[in-house]
Amino acid sequence: MQVAPATSAAVVQVTGVVKEFGTLRVLDGVSLDVARGQTVAIVGRSGSGKSTLLRCIAGLETIQAGRIEICGHEVGRPGKAARAQLRHDVGMVFQGYNLFPHLTVERNITLALTLVKKQAMDAARKKAAEVLGLVGLTDKISSYPEQLSGGQQQRVAIARSLALSPQVMLFDEVTSALDPELTAEVLAVMEDLATSGMTMITVTHEMGFARKVADQVVFMHRGKIWESGPTSELFARPQTAEFKQFISSEL
Amino acid sequence: MIQLNAHHIWYLIMAAQWTVLLSLLAFAGGALVGLPIALMRVSPSHTLRIVAGGYIQLIQGTPLLILLFLTYFGLGILGYKLAPLVAAGLALTLYAAAFLGEIWRGCIEAVPRTQWEASDCLGLNRFQQYAYVILPQAFRMAIPPTVGFMVQIVKNTSLASVVGFVELARAGQIVNNSTFEPFIIFCIVAAIYFAMCYPLSLASRFLERRANAGRASH
Repeated sequence: MQVAPATSAAVVQVTGVVKEFGTLRVLDGVSLDVARGQTVAIVGRSGSGKSTLLRCIAGLETIQAGRIEICGHEVGRPGKAARAQLRHDVGMVFQGYNLFPHLTVERNITLALTLVKKQAMDAARKKAAEVLGLVGLTDKISSYPEQLSGGQQQRVAIARSLALSPQVMLFDEVTSALDPELTAEVLAVMEDLATSGMTMITVTHEMGFARKVADQVVFMHRGKIWESGPTSELFARPQTAEFKQFISSEL
Repeated sequence: MIQLNAHHIWYLIMAAQWTVLLSLLAFAGGALVGLPIALMRVSPSHTLRIVAGGYIQLIQGTPLLILLFLTYFGLGILGYKLAPLVAAGLALTLYAAAFLGEIWRGCIEAVPRTQWEASDCLGLNRFQQYAYVILPQAFRMAIPPTVGFMVQIVKNTSLASVVGFVELARAGQIVNNSTFEPFIIFCIVAAIYFAMCYPLSLASRFLERRANAGRASH
């Protein structure tokens, strides 16, 4: 994996974001900066708004107020060029893997390379082999998604996203559908990725992973960032009763 | 009165070829118009959805027989005198397009929303999402109900007999007019229809089972 230079420039800037579903306010003025090369873990109970925040950053939801910038480009601007820029900068991995079931592992990866990046098929296949190597699944290149375990599918999904060389990767509870053994293999890939200098925002229930890999932890509660800070400090000295309770319940 | 003989049977079988041709015409026309209808029904544009939805409601709420009268007699009055085959083909196309459009809309919508999101996140535009991700998956789901609907088309081509098109049903009437053995003749006609439709029904059921099995092993 390429090592991105660790600089303090914010790759992701979230400022005062409000998201409502009808009358329900899911995000209530959320602000968050993520520096290049950082790994941020967003934790919190179900319904705290953590996945919604990630989906807003990915441009999958429209926001009612506030501003989200990625690599200096505002998310949610109208127009194809803006959309293309966002997709160029951001990779997203989902809880349900969302591989394309009718395509082989290789084609899952080369599809966007040939269609979006306009690469020749040869170059795209080379890239597919390369990223599959990174997630340890070179031998599955000709398989169909349904022939793989959940953990393998998720690793392919990560490889598919990586192939497009995004500036920042978003992970939305990517191990929630997996049993512990498969969870471990996916987390190992993510840890490698974090170590290599990829900027990552992960919504996760894996406190062990958050403690070990994340540079910064964000605790969300009722649509707000309740508490955030460097991982070790935050876990050592939780400031709010809600976060204290959350940590103890997760143990 | 003429005795029913092998020539009559041969005549019926020859006429069945016109039934097959008309069915193919209706299916091809229906598919050609039905796919845009289905895509319009799931379009983000409100206007396109309304137009396609209105078309489907209108056609599904009208008897096929009336559509046939309209394309043959109705257009004739307006100065567009169509040959019976063309008029019947047109009416069946309009009819099949509405039903296939609705069947295929369901199949497109049955592709999980997350497939749209995943392909969106990879940077595919709407056309690419349809062409490479959504439609190939919808297509697989669409095969069993589509083949099932072809049975309806084959049977409904018999209505073309009312505009004087000599397909299997009309041929049965003609043979009956000379031999006057309606029970035997229409039994034979029914048997020929059955011979055309039953394989389609079997295929539809087989394909459906296979599709379900594919999903179960997922």
